[in-house]
Amino acid sequence: MGDLKRTPLYQEHLRLGGRMVEFGGWDMPVQYESIMEEHRAVRTTAGLFDVSHMGEISVKGKDTIAFADYLVTNSVSTLKNGEICYTPMCNEKGGVVDDLLVYRISNSEVLLVVNASNIDKDFNWVLERAKDRDFSITLDNISNKTAQLAFQGPKAEEILKEISQVKLDEIPFYHFIHGKVNGIDCLVSRTGYTGEDGFELYVDTEAAVPLWRKILEIGTPYGVKPAGLGARDLLRFEACYMLYGNELTDEITPLEAGLKWAVKFEKEFYGRQALIEQREEGLEKRLRGIEIIDKGIARHGYEIFAGDENIGWVSSGMLSPSTGKRLALAYLKKGYWKTGTEVFVKIRNKLVKAQVIKTPFYRGSVKSKA
Amino acid sequence: MKKYAKTHEWVLVEGNVATVGISNYAQEHLGDIVYVELPEVGKEISKGETICSVESVKAASDVYAPLSGKILEVNEELDAAPETINSDAEKSGWIFKMEFSDPAELDGLMDEEEYKKFCEEEEA
Repeated sequence: MGDLKRTPLYQEHLRLGGRMVEFGGWDMPVQYESIMEEHRAVRTTAGLFDVSHMGEISVKGKDTIAFADYLVTNSVSTLKNGEICYTPMCNEKGGVVDDLLVYRISNSEVLLVVNASNIDKDFNWVLERAKDRDFSITLDNISNKTAQLAFQGPKAEEILKEISQVKLDEIPFYHFIHGKVNGIDCLVSRTGYTGEDGFELYVDTEAAVPLWRKILEIGTPYGVKPAGLGARDLLRFEACYMLYGNELTDEITPLEAGLKWAVKFEKEFYGRQALIEQREEGLEKRLRGIEIIDKGIARHGYEIFAGDENIGWVSSGMLSPSTGKRLALAYLKKGYWKTGTEVFVKIRNKLVKAQVIKTPFYRGSVKSKA
Repeated sequence: MKKYAKTHEWVLVEGNVATVGISNYAQEHLGDIVYVELPEVGKEISKGETICSVESVKAASDVYAPLSGKILEVNEELDAAPETINSDAEKSGWIFKMEFSDPAELDGLMDEEEYKKFCEEEEA
């Protein structure tokens, strides 16, 4: 594991008994005690995640908002300062280069938060796009200077409040403020990837360990646990959030993924023409939720059949502890999208009966308007 | 007497009936077990054949027949409580009982000491 990158919290993970695995070039904890225990903590109380491996790209300058609007499919120009949007970022064929959050800090500053596995790809992409027009901006990859903790769960606000100088209850969903938590300067956003309420805290790398330790210190008596990437994947799956590499790739468009709500056709953006054409021609495949009826668990990559015909594949699949069901997200061919449609998943050489169902699979305490 | 296969199944022999499960070492490496696909009672099996699978949160893992014979009983409790394999892999986490036809096949399995060493070498 010599060449893997480590976050500032690496030693903490070892101290807590973290089982370390490679993820996107990083040495990260997949679990500490058990994926199921950590999942349960997040759904009932709160869990603390090290997400410092994620990337942060700072955009500054006069044309920041215009550039951001050009770069991503969702609208940055209609955000208020202090507001965030989730958005795909597309290539010229409409395929997704990455999905990311755009934090509008001011009229001349924006922070792009990108997936850990795509940091270098995304930064190079952003540099290239900046050359497409005469944008007056500066671009800075500040990933190595930025640590991030995610504190997620129905009790996250109640617990974090104890050490926050920032007024957490005044931060609406998908908004952020700068302030102090435990005396440490943070960007605090009410965002997350678990389907529960919670906060993402961005700090300088030297502040990561003290903040991590303090949150676990005050949280442990309430049942707070450190949570790893295994629990994170299970939680986001139940909430039907996308995982780049599974639900999103550069061969899949936001329309196919069900992200039309994050595509603002009324503005110009890179990849717009391809998506307009696709919208006009109609989609050939779409992301659906499925429930496995007969025995087995569907996993990423498993093929899906109707009769003899291969009609799609599983992008993510798991046993969902919150629902007790064996579920999957899958791309299905046209004609198989309706709720209740019967399909067959090839699970280790056996065709197993499954059914298209509604999403999201689970609704937690997340404070979204949806 | 308890014996172990290289593929991390344990076998507890009583007369010509063998109780089979996966070892504590195996469950530790798999993590939370969420689903067990039990084999059919009455099924004829041969040593080395894939009998059933044990699914953890992240992946599926095959369980191989340590001996040849016939499946007599399966542990139905694992349907509702697959996590029993995590908490007690080598006793109440048993997966199936079988009658075995060829006692000589037992010679190919490891005893507890040999298995412990085998695992230590795998870790290194």
